[in-house]
Amino acid sequence: MAYLFEMHSLSASYDTNVVLKDVDFKVSESDFIGVIGPNGGGKTTLLKVILGLLKPVKGKIVFNTDLINRNSIGYLPQISTGDINYPVTVTDVILSGMMIQKKIISRMSSSDRSRAGEVINELGLSGLADSSLNELSGGQLQRVLLGRAIIGNPKLLLLDEPGNFVDSTFENDFYEKLRELNKRMAILMVSHDIGIISSHVKSYACVNRGLHYHPSSEITNEQLLAYGCPIQLITHGDVPHTVLKYHN
Amino acid sequence: MEESIFQYDFIIKGLLGAVFASITAGLAGTYIVSKRMVFLSGGISHASFGGIGIGYFAGINPVVGAAVFSILSALGVEYLSVRHKIREDSAIGILWAFGMATGIIFIYLTPGYTPNLMGYLFGSILTVTNADIIALGIMSLILIVYFGVFYRTILYISFDEVFARTYSSYVDIFKYITTALVALTIVLNIRMAGVVLVISLLTIPPNIAMLFTRVYLKIIVLSVIAGFTGTAAGYVISYFAGIPVGATIIFTLVVIWIVAKVINQVVIKKNG
Repeated sequence: MAYLFEMHSLSASYDTNVVLKDVDFKVSESDFIGVIGPNGGGKTTLLKVILGLLKPVKGKIVFNTDLINRNSIGYLPQISTGDINYPVTVTDVILSGMMIQKKIISRMSSSDRSRAGEVINELGLSGLADSSLNELSGGQLQRVLLGRAIIGNPKLLLLDEPGNFVDSTFENDFYEKLRELNKRMAILMVSHDIGIISSHVKSYACVNRGLHYHPSSEITNEQLLAYGCPIQLITHGDVPHTVLKYHN
Repeated sequence: MEESIFQYDFIIKGLLGAVFASITAGLAGTYIVSKRMVFLSGGISHASFGGIGIGYFAGINPVVGAAVFSILSALGVEYLSVRHKIREDSAIGILWAFGMATGIIFIYLTPGYTPNLMGYLFGSILTVTNADIIALGIMSLILIVYFGVFYRTILYISFDEVFARTYSSYVDIFKYITTALVALTIVLNIRMAGVVLVISLLTIPPNIAMLFTRVYLKIIVLSVIAGFTGTAAGYVISYFAGIPVGATIIFTLVVIWIVAKVINQVVIKKNG
């Protein structure tokens, strides 16, 4: 299978604080990888390196330019980055995803606009095209930002903690949507919520300075240990219940 | 005869001044209100008073002094806030008072006559020169071209800077250019509205506009219209009532804002 990009013994740091060390990592076309690990372990930094926002201090990241370049990466940042009271419409926000393919002087063509209309329909946002962001629910807002990430038909979709602002009624729809998108693009999803994403991703990358790749989506004790602190997993059953460790 | 020529000149100057003030304030104002930069802009306008004082003292045009001072202070605050080395609101507060203090000291030190301080603090159409009007006209043109060409770039950078950095390496350059243009707009409007009042010339019109639309381009257009209405009405009222023009303009704009707010509430109630 062809790789979209490969990282070779890559290290990244902020000033003198080394956040990623000697990372080897490959992502191929149909991957759906959950990136997990403790807070401050380097998950978001990994995305920044892929996006080109942070230059590695050691090693390199190589893109397979036949399949992908930096213009064909979609990015869903954590919700806190934009101001939801900003006077901007749903259509405008989704169209801003086209900026990655434009020069500094940018006009939106009519085909850009009709593509925005398609995305709005695809994500179930019809009727909200001219709404401003502060009129939307958390789930709708998330779909708008997902729309911004996918309007340019990316080959790789990067999601940073999408669970942070999802409302529970929309949660299943959202992951179902990702599964559909995964047919056309690779997905890398950062989350600290290992329990919720476990049923959706195909494989895991545990990031805690180093990176360990786990090809299957089963959660192992080793992965849980990456957190370095006690965590609890949630399972669903006919009767709500708590699972305790076996007695020794 | 002489009086009618004077009146004609006064009306033309007033009308052109109102048009250019509302265009520049509408464009720059929409930017600062949307981006929550009102306090920074207040700081810029007060800091520029330092430049006015130094201009008097050094015998150069006070507006030039104010322009240099305000652009440097605006870029300074932007730079400091980008680097996160200092709290932005504290930096603005210091700059605000420092500019006023510098201005007063240098005007006090200037030998000879005391300049018309009230005119700079509260604005006066009588001190507006033809050169001021021409400068405002050029500024209007610059802002229209700048916002026209880079509309989406400016909109998206100010909406979500973090996301913009993922596709553009020009984010900081655009922020600095736009902030410098805002500073210049403030300085050029000081003759009309004064150091103390100019900030409301920029902030009230977009707030009137945002009662009726959330679309950025429409906010700009409505701001210009609201700004022109308030400025022109303010002129006429100040002329006939014999009260200071800067204060009358701001007062008129606030009245328009209150009326718009009430209409807006009534419409919402009716529809809701």
